[in-house]
Amino acid sequence: MTSTDTHVELLGIGKRFSGVQALQDISLAIERGGVHALVGENGAGKSTLGRIIAGAHVPDAGTMKVNGDVVRYNSPHDALADGLTMIAQELTLVPLRSVIENVFLGSETSRFGLVVKDPMRERYDELCAQAGFDLPGDDPVGSLRIADQQKVEILRALARDSKLIVMDEPTAALTSDESSRLLDIVRGLRDAGTTIVYVSHFLPEVLSIADTVTVLRDGRLIHTRPAESETPASIVTAMLGRPMELSFPEKIYPPDDAPVVLSVRGLARPPVFEDITFDVRAGEIVGLAGLIGSGRTEVARAIFGADRFDRGEIAVGGAPLKTRSPKGAIRAGIAMLPESRKDQGLHMRRPIVENVSLAHLGAVSSAGVLMPREERGKVQEIVERVDVRGASRLSALVSTLSGGNQQKVLFAKWLFRSPRVLLADEPTRGVDVGAKRAIYALIQGLAAEGMAVVLISSELEEVLGLAHRILVIRAGHLVAEFDGRSATEDDVLHAAFATGGIAA
Amino acid sequence: MSAPATPASRFGIARRGVGIGLTSLRDYGIVASFVLIFVFLTFKSNVFLTKINLFNVLDQNSEWGIMACGGTLVLIAGGFDLSVGAIFALSGVVAAQAAAHMNPTYAILLGALVGLGVGIVNGIVTTVGRINALVGTLASSIVIQGIALVLTNGQLVNVTKSGFTSLGQGTIFTLHYSVIVWATFALICGFLLWRTRYGRYIYASGGNAEAARLSGVRVNLIRASTYAISGLSAGIAGVIVASRVATGEADTGTFPLVVIAGIVIGGTSILGGQGAIWRSVLGILLLALIGNGFNLLGVNPIYQQILQGSIILTAVGIDAWARKTNT
Repeated sequence: MTSTDTHVELLGIGKRFSGVQALQDISLAIERGGVHALVGENGAGKSTLGRIIAGAHVPDAGTMKVNGDVVRYNSPHDALADGLTMIAQELTLVPLRSVIENVFLGSETSRFGLVVKDPMRERYDELCAQAGFDLPGDDPVGSLRIADQQKVEILRALARDSKLIVMDEPTAALTSDESSRLLDIVRGLRDAGTTIVYVSHFLPEVLSIADTVTVLRDGRLIHTRPAESETPASIVTAMLGRPMELSFPEKIYPPDDAPVVLSVRGLARPPVFEDITFDVRAGEIVGLAGLIGSGRTEVARAIFGADRFDRGEIAVGGAPLKTRSPKGAIRAGIAMLPESRKDQGLHMRRPIVENVSLAHLGAVSSAGVLMPREERGKVQEIVERVDVRGASRLSALVSTLSGGNQQKVLFAKWLFRSPRVLLADEPTRGVDVGAKRAIYALIQGLAAEGMAVVLISSELEEVLGLAHRILVIRAGHLVAEFDGRSATEDDVLHAAFATGGIAA
Repeated sequence: MSAPATPASRFGIARRGVGIGLTSLRDYGIVASFVLIFVFLTFKSNVFLTKINLFNVLDQNSEWGIMACGGTLVLIAGGFDLSVGAIFALSGVVAAQAAAHMNPTYAILLGALVGLGVGIVNGIVTTVGRINALVGTLASSIVIQGIALVLTNGQLVNVTKSGFTSLGQGTIFTLHYSVIVWATFALICGFLLWRTRYGRYIYASGGNAEAARLSGVRVNLIRASTYAISGLSAGIAGVIVASRVATGEADTGTFPLVVIAGIVIGGTSILGGQGAIWRSVLGILLLALIGNGFNLLGVNPIYQQILQGSIILTAVGIDAWARKTNT
């Protein structure tokens, strides 16, 4: 660290999202002209904290000081006025417009409302020189590779005269080569006096770039230390090591001779995932663990026929899956709880009853005509079984239910006809503790009845607490397998982060 | 990471109250408006509440009403059909021309089937062809109108065979056949939406296409089929009018403003996933009553346009605000 003057100071910052405490009592000082890393597991609150600094979220509690003055930002626009910007995980560029237009979007030089090109071009060349980039200013942004698009975002931040840039997982979409170049750029920015808040879960990268590291866990700040005093192992230890708050039901292991229900052989769609081979037996819960972006969701979607794959075979109960579509997968007895219940799982503005029966209307209709009494009866039965609370009327819109109960509706939808294989992607995302416990019991109960379950979760303790076997996926490859009886968070995290010396 | 906070959540109960008010306004506003205008006209005009007047209003609006039923299915499934006006013209022309060569009943059937055929093409273009529905059906309407002009050389096609006019002019107990066709078509479409698997798939495809697909619904097929029904409805409407006036005319294919207005005023969302046939029927009837009222009360018809446009804006605005506050 070259300077000891404080750029941004947070005092007791807290943030709740629809009942979930995302951040609690965060106090932190960010030095001017340094790289301050925020690390933690998925869901630890690091992105939320980054977004609060950049004005994209408004904290519910606490105060924030910039240059010693108390500030309250209601939008990124407010933060921008103080020179704070953010480069989000999802880039926010206009793909069809040129690089220059994107860089100066919202800060165009204009005369009488007309955009004046020449000074912009001059300034663009200056900015490129400052950052050491060589980008074709007139090309449409959409034609650039992701790494170059990221440079456009950085130039935009510089064009707005940013004194502090929050970078949220900037290397998530980059190759390792591109990543190391990006890290050089970040160092260059720092050396030029820009403060960087670097949000990431790639620990080696964090340690190579950061001056200071703050570890978050469950929305709380664990500690802030100089990077030189940390190692990947010490950070991982800080990221876990909490007492298990959630009790998991006792695992019921399937008998050794339980038949294989789901069999996946050599599934590949390079570069997203490759050579994915595994079996799931009747009654078995297999956890698919890995970081966001590791390919775990993509594998599940490919099995379900939601996305294409290039090579590989999938069989259910020994019969190969021929039709590669969700319809074909459903017919073969596969069900998938998708990652986002709102965008992919439910029809929020339709009644509970319609949501639950949608995938299996054939069972409650005759010659295409619905039999409402049968439908309601069956739905009622399942809704009671999965214990959807607040469903006083089956005709209530799903959007009126709480997150946990919406998730139970999603379960009900797939249990309408008992599937043989259940792919559950983030089954407890955005769900409160009580509903989580109910969902754990439900998953375990289904497995005990002989269902083959694949469980994907960003919450590692969930995978450890439920799965009989844990497969770790990293960069699209299965890299490790652990027995659910003996696996520890440490094992799995090290395999997922590639810090434990396990060959890639 | 964590779910983003909705802006509304910060405003809590106050905003939610507004949302519920708007939602019920959207859901039942059409019924209230219809009743109000009906009662108003009953008191203001002696002619309004007579069988002849009401039956005439129904007959004159049957073509719009039939097309609105088809269009409602398209809208709910998440599409948009601007081509019904042109299909309407083409079907009438084809029926009128064919009547010279065949049994007029077959000619009328042929006209309606041409509508179905064009609808199928629209469906394929906008789903498999991935062409935006607004642009795709606008373009196809220009093509269809062109075909109708080529077929007729821009001239009126007069039909002299007497059997040709029975559909459009015939009555049963002074009720026009056209009204019966409308009622039947509306009942069928309404039943499809209300009580069939197909109807559920229509709502699902328009409400959340990805969730529908992941539930095994063949979204493209469902959407395309609604365009086919919409095309058929325009075909039926076209032959009814051609039969009524014993003429096929390529220039009748106007922008289907009344159809879309009726659907939207009824409360079917232009964003898909929500709506009902009875709404569109009421929407068309509301517009019809307004037109009828202007006639009966002798108000300058120029104001009618202004009023209709304002009603559409209000209806769409209420839908948008109800969605925003009630997410």
